[in-house]
Amino acid sequence: MSRITIREEGCKGCSYCVLACKRKLIRIDQDRINNLGYNPAVFSDNNEEPCTGCALCAEICPEVLIEVYRQQGRVGA
Amino acid sequence: MQKVFARPATLLETGFHFCPGCHHGIVHRLLCEMLERYNLQEKAVGVPGVGCGVFLYDYIAIDVCEAPHGRATAVATGIKRVQPDHFVFTYQGDGDLGAIGTAEVIHAANRGENFTVIFVNNSVYGMTGGQMAPTTLLGQYTTTSPAGRDSRNDGYPLHLAEMLAPLEGVAFAARVSLHTPAHVKKARRALQRAFETQLEKRGFSFMEFVSACPTNWHLTTLQSVEHIEQKMLSVFPLGIYKNTAAATVRKEGEPADALL
Repeated sequence: MSRITIREEGCKGCSYCVLACKRKLIRIDQDRINNLGYNPAVFSDNNEEPCTGCALCAEICPEVLIEVYRQQGRVGA
Repeated sequence: MQKVFARPATLLETGFHFCPGCHHGIVHRLLCEMLERYNLQEKAVGVPGVGCGVFLYDYIAIDVCEAPHGRATAVATGIKRVQPDHFVFTYQGDGDLGAIGTAEVIHAANRGENFTVIFVNNSVYGMTGGQMAPTTLLGQYTTTSPAGRDSRNDGYPLHLAEMLAPLEGVAFAARVSLHTPAHVKKARRALQRAFETQLEKRGFSFMEFVSACPTNWHLTTLQSVEHIEQKMLSVFPLGIYKNTAAATVRKEGEPADALL
């Protein structure tokens, strides 16, 4: 199963990644504030529609905080 | 499990000073990816102008030379002529390149200086607090056009990619956007062609990035994406306006965005 990591301490909560994720696996955590004073984006996987490792969220992240790990094989597999 | 996307090593770990939703960070990352792709870290020189992009030296692990306001293309001309084997690019905003530096960029382009200009167009003066820029859209509210930009008093938005493309010294001119992942991928391909233009010594290359400034537009980040899509792209059409590489010369009447 593919997954991403978000370095939440640098996140400014712009939510571009939330918009980019077609499976809605990223959300802005309204209950937490990071050291910069923003609500950070968090990744939570869904077993029915898991992360495909498409890297669209990483592509749009202006702070370059997202790393993408893809299971061997093609995207969506 | 294979790591397919990570921060480029040339992009230092320092957090950006940019506001939430600003696209400068993406431009920085694309630059780093291209520098690494062509292995240019050791012989690249960046020349940022004055504006939000001024702290380039804090973020990218290459040599950087600061230029006075608007004079980045003049400074880059000197650097490239003294060190012709170095990869030289300027990094300028619309206040720096579109207003105070217009004379410099037109003449550098006309001389066909062999360096790359990275132009970040967010239609407003970002660093100084949201004043009207030459690229500000008609009707856009800024601190110096509180009733909206009016063409009778303030003129019209300046189209730099279209303006520079017809000059004979220009080998590559393109305008790209960064508001969706698909546009970022297109921007990367266009930037790669701009880098190739300089590496093949074909002449002046110009890359315009349509970018968001949520802080000075007084919009949320998601509203900014809509603003780019609905308002900016009709005024600033995307596309490759000129590319002298043999395979991609634009044909008569062909839309510029077909080549992106």
